[in-house]
Formats: sequence, structure tokens, C-alpha cells
Amino acid sequence: MAIAETRLIFKHIDSPGYTNDIDCYIKNGGYTTLRKAITMKTAEIISEVKASGLRGRGGAGFPTGVKWGFIDPSKNTKPVYLICNADESEPGTFKDRQIIHKDPHQLIEGMIISCFANNVKLAYLYIRGEFPEGAKILERACDEARQKNLLGKNILGTGYDLEIYIHRGAGAYICGEETGLIESLEGKRAYPRIKPPYFPAVLGLYMCPTIVNNVETLCNVIHILQMGGANFAKLGKPNNTGTRVLCVSGDVVKPGYYEFEVGALTLGQLIYDVCGGIKNGKKLKAIIPGGSSAKVLKAGERYKIKQKQADGTMADVEIALEDIPMDFDTMAAVGSMAGSGGVIVMDETRSMPDCLANISEFYAHESCGQCTPCREGSLWMKKITSRIRDGKASVEDVGVLKNVADNIAGRTICAFGEACSWPVQSFVTKFKEEFETVAGNGAKK
Amino acid sequence: MSCEFKISQEFEKKVDETITHYPVSKRSASLPLLHLWQEEFGYVSNQGVEWIAAKLDLQPINVFELVTFYPMFRDKLAGKIQFRVCRTLSCALAGGYELFDHLKKSCQIEGDGHHGPAVSADGKYSIEFVECLASCGTGPVLMINDDFHENVSNDKANELVKKYG
Repeated sequence: MAIAETRLIFKHIDSPGYTNDIDCYIKNGGYTTLRKAITMKTAEIISEVKASGLRGRGGAGFPTGVKWGFIDPSKNTKPVYLICNADESEPGTFKDRQIIHKDPHQLIEGMIISCFANNVKLAYLYIRGEFPEGAKILERACDEARQKNLLGKNILGTGYDLEIYIHRGAGAYICGEETGLIESLEGKRAYPRIKPPYFPAVLGLYMCPTIVNNVETLCNVIHILQMGGANFAKLGKPNNTGTRVLCVSGDVVKPGYYEFEVGALTLGQLIYDVCGGIKNGKKLKAIIPGGSSAKVLKAGERYKIKQKQADGTMADVEIALEDIPMDFDTMAAVGSMAGSGGVIVMDETRSMPDCLANISEFYAHESCGQCTPCREGSLWMKKITSRIRDGKASVEDVGVLKNVADNIAGRTICAFGEACSWPVQSFVTKFKEEFETVAGNGAKK
Repeated sequence: MSCEFKISQEFEKKVDETITHYPVSKRSASLPLLHLWQEEFGYVSNQGVEWIAAKLDLQPINVFELVTFYPMFRDKLAGKIQFRVCRTLSCALAGGYELFDHLKKSCQIEGDGHHGPAVSADGKYSIEFVECLASCGTGPVLMINDDFHENVSNDKANELVKKYG
């Protein structure tokens, strides 16, 4: 294997003898960063996070320091809340589960530091309902931290009080949307809130400023303070700093989770070198690069992007699918997204209508039902894609399907509208011929 | 209304402790209380909705609308042994649908089971397809009651049925 992993977040995960209790964590240097952080000025911590260039690992890639910076401590008079978004449900993504199960104290320490930096006294960890064991592990981790005075009243004698509670969701994907999550935490249906305000930092939980961060993002905060923001920013690429946990699933020889510096390897290297190539000697057909809502990439495609040259100038270059570096900006430049880091690989034998019908059934089930275009449209997309898959549709249905998708994106309160339309738009456009052929031929999947 | 459940002191103590996690708004305890109720009694009955609403100073509709919104809450009993098989793409590519059909057949469960449990005639088993369980690299995966299992071949499924049965 040519490219070595850079394990920061996953440093201890799966290493022999490493257990998820506090003693093992402390033995490996755990909670020393908290001890350091708690002696720093809160503004100092925030400026380190800003300097690190860390971008959120949940899907949208928003700069964490900027998010934190929205709350002005000199003007704000309300309590500030922090919520860890552990509602990992984007199909293709399975990184947070590993952290929660195998290194829960890393998350708790990252959370405590982030709470301290933002003057938070009450925080919630919203974990998806389907992780009952994960919730128990985290509850135990919080208890252990309380016993060692790392959490609770007067933390380490500094006079800082913080309480963290574990809150379980109940099977709704929409709770990953931060304002839907907040509604859910308030005990309501998880209907995402109307924007503006765009950020819960303005108006969040109980109408107070609230910071919502992903599991991996909060873990990164520890490493930023350990090495310093400027050093952290040297990992990866400018504007795409740090490491990224990539989750690969589907038709590869070695599916799994791998951590690399952002952009350190290409999609081709990830699939062929790291994951051992396509299973059973087959050829690649398509890749979803960042969770199931990311637009699909087709084998053989070439993309025109702007790339920085050695002399610092920007030039137009053409790159193949295999040569796309795994970073936020390039993934966006080729028309998809790095999203949540979930890469799903499909080989040449896979029926694209079958794969899309599966994805569309997911979104039809998970639409919260608040906005008409999404509630009705996602259901129609499921019906039409299933009809096409089963060969019980007409060629015209392919156009109808695309039309439905085009009329959802941009017309909904939250990004779910885009999330359910992007796969449909990209699959149908890139594999149009296959969809039209399958639609009318009466073929069973 | 179906049968009346008896609320034990121990249960009520757990509920009261949980409510303390939400010092700003008791309403936030709705989901945790629904989980506690379902774990204790197997499903959320009308009595459960009304009891939780009274506990949190809410109207029953505030609680009932959560039961109908969140897929994990159910208003009738599932099987003693519950299979929740992941339906989503990565697991489907790895044989999730085949696993679902295999389990249905071997446990003699009739019915659809797409989002909502199908229960065997004797009430012993139930199966349902659920969406992404976030372990896409080790598909097909399923949960049996609260336990998670990965790389579940048909042979492994047979062993699991024996173990839980």
C-alpha cells in the first residue's frame, strides 16, 4: 500500500489492548489537553480553532471557528448551549459509531473543551436512537469523567461547572439537520426551522445561542490544542485542513474506515491502493463520494477544474475520476461533495435504476413532511424509480423523474430537498440511456 | 383502550431522574420518556401517551404526534425477538434484501415488514426493514433487540436465530 494513513482521531481505535474506559484513555495521555485548556483564556482557544481552519465533519464543511465566533460574549446575555450531533445516519457513513464505541472519552474531552471555550454550562449529546449500546457507553463515560471531577461542578477546582447529558433520538434521519435536531431536543417533531436566522448560534435551543458540532469535529478540537492551530493547519491543504475519516463501502475488496490528511490521496488511490480495488476482479461503474446525497460520479468521466500550479497561478486542467483529490473544494469543483466522507462504490454489474430506487426509498421514508415539494416529491421519486427498476415504466418517465427532482431542490426549508434531488438528478443525467432502456423492458431486477 | 399497565415505583423513579436532565424545559424529556415506556411495556399505548403527557404537563397530542413521527416508537407489540435489518444501499449491495427474505422464511413471518414490524403468528419473532444503521463497511447488518450484528451471512443468521430463540 503506497499511501500511509495519518491517524489522529482514529489513533487508538482498533489498536490492540485499547479499551473504552477512562483509565485506558488517561494512560494514553487522555484529558491532559483539557487540563491545559482550562488554564487558557476562552478567546485564546477559539482563536486556535479559527487558525486551524477546521471545517465541520458532518457534511456541510462549515468552518468551526467561524461558527463559534458568531456568539459575541461581550453582547450575549443568554445562556449558551452546545449540542454534539451524533445522529450519524447518512447512508455510507460509519465513522462516528467507531469513535463512540471505541474511544468515547476522546469525544467527551473534546466536548468539555469546546464547552469551556464557549462558556457553556449545559450541553447535550444527541445520539441516534439506533445506537442503544453507544448511548450506554457514553453515559458510562460521562459518569467516569464526573467521578474524576473532569465533568460536573467545579471542574478540576477551577470553578467551571458543566453538565453533559446523553439524549437518544428515535430513528428519524432529519434529526441530523441541526435545527430539526434542536426541535427534537425540545421534545417536538423534528421539523427543521425556517431560515433566517441561518445559524443556531443566533437562535437555537430554547431560543438561546447554540453551537451544534459533529462528533469528529469535536474530537479534532483536542488535537488542535495539542499541536496548535497553526500546526494543525499544515495538515492537509489550505482551506481543507486536518485529517478526514473516509468510510468506504460497496463493491471493494477491503471496505472500511481510513484516516488521511485531507486531500492527501486521490479517489483512485483510495479505491485501488487502500481498498484493494473492485471486488471479484470486476470493473468500476460508479462512485458516490460523500454520503448518499452526494451526486454520483461515473467511471470514465473527466472533469475540468481550476488547479493551483507550482508557481502559484491558477490554471484550467482536466482530470480523470481516479485523479480527484479527496478534499472539500475539489469534490465541489467536480460537481459533487465530500459531504460526510462516506464513499459507496458500485461495480459494472450493478443496475443504476436499482441503486437509485434504493436511495429514493430512503429519502421518501425520511422526509419529515413539512414542505410540500419534498414530502410529495420524494414519494413520487420513489414510486417512479421503483417503476423504472421493475421495467414497468415508459421512457418518458425518466424525464418526469428528472423534472420532479428539479422542482424540489431550492424550494424547501432545509437541505433535505437537495439531498433527495441530487442523487436523482445525477443518476438520471449520467446514466440516461440505461434508465430509458430498463424503464420499458419489463426486466425484473 | 388495550390492557392497563401497572406503573412500578422503580419505573417512576427512573422517569423522575430523567426529567432532571432537562432543567430548562420538561417537554424535552418527551423522547426519553417514550423510550423508557417502550422498553418497560413493549409499545406505547394510549395509557402511555396520557401518562407521559400528564407527567410533563403537556396535552396528550403533544406526545402522540411524536409516536407517529419517530419510526422507532410503535403503538403495538413487536415480537419477543425483534430483527431490524438494514435496507439501505451499502447493505443492499452486500445482500441485505436476501438476508431479510431468509429470516422471514426461517422464522415463518408473513407480511411486508417495510418500515413497521411484521410479527410471526406465535408472536415470537418480528422483522422490519430499517434505514441505514451506520455500519456500511460490514454489511449486511442487523439489530436483534438492542444488539448489533455485522457481516450477517445466511449461515450466521441461522446461528443467531438459534442463539436468541
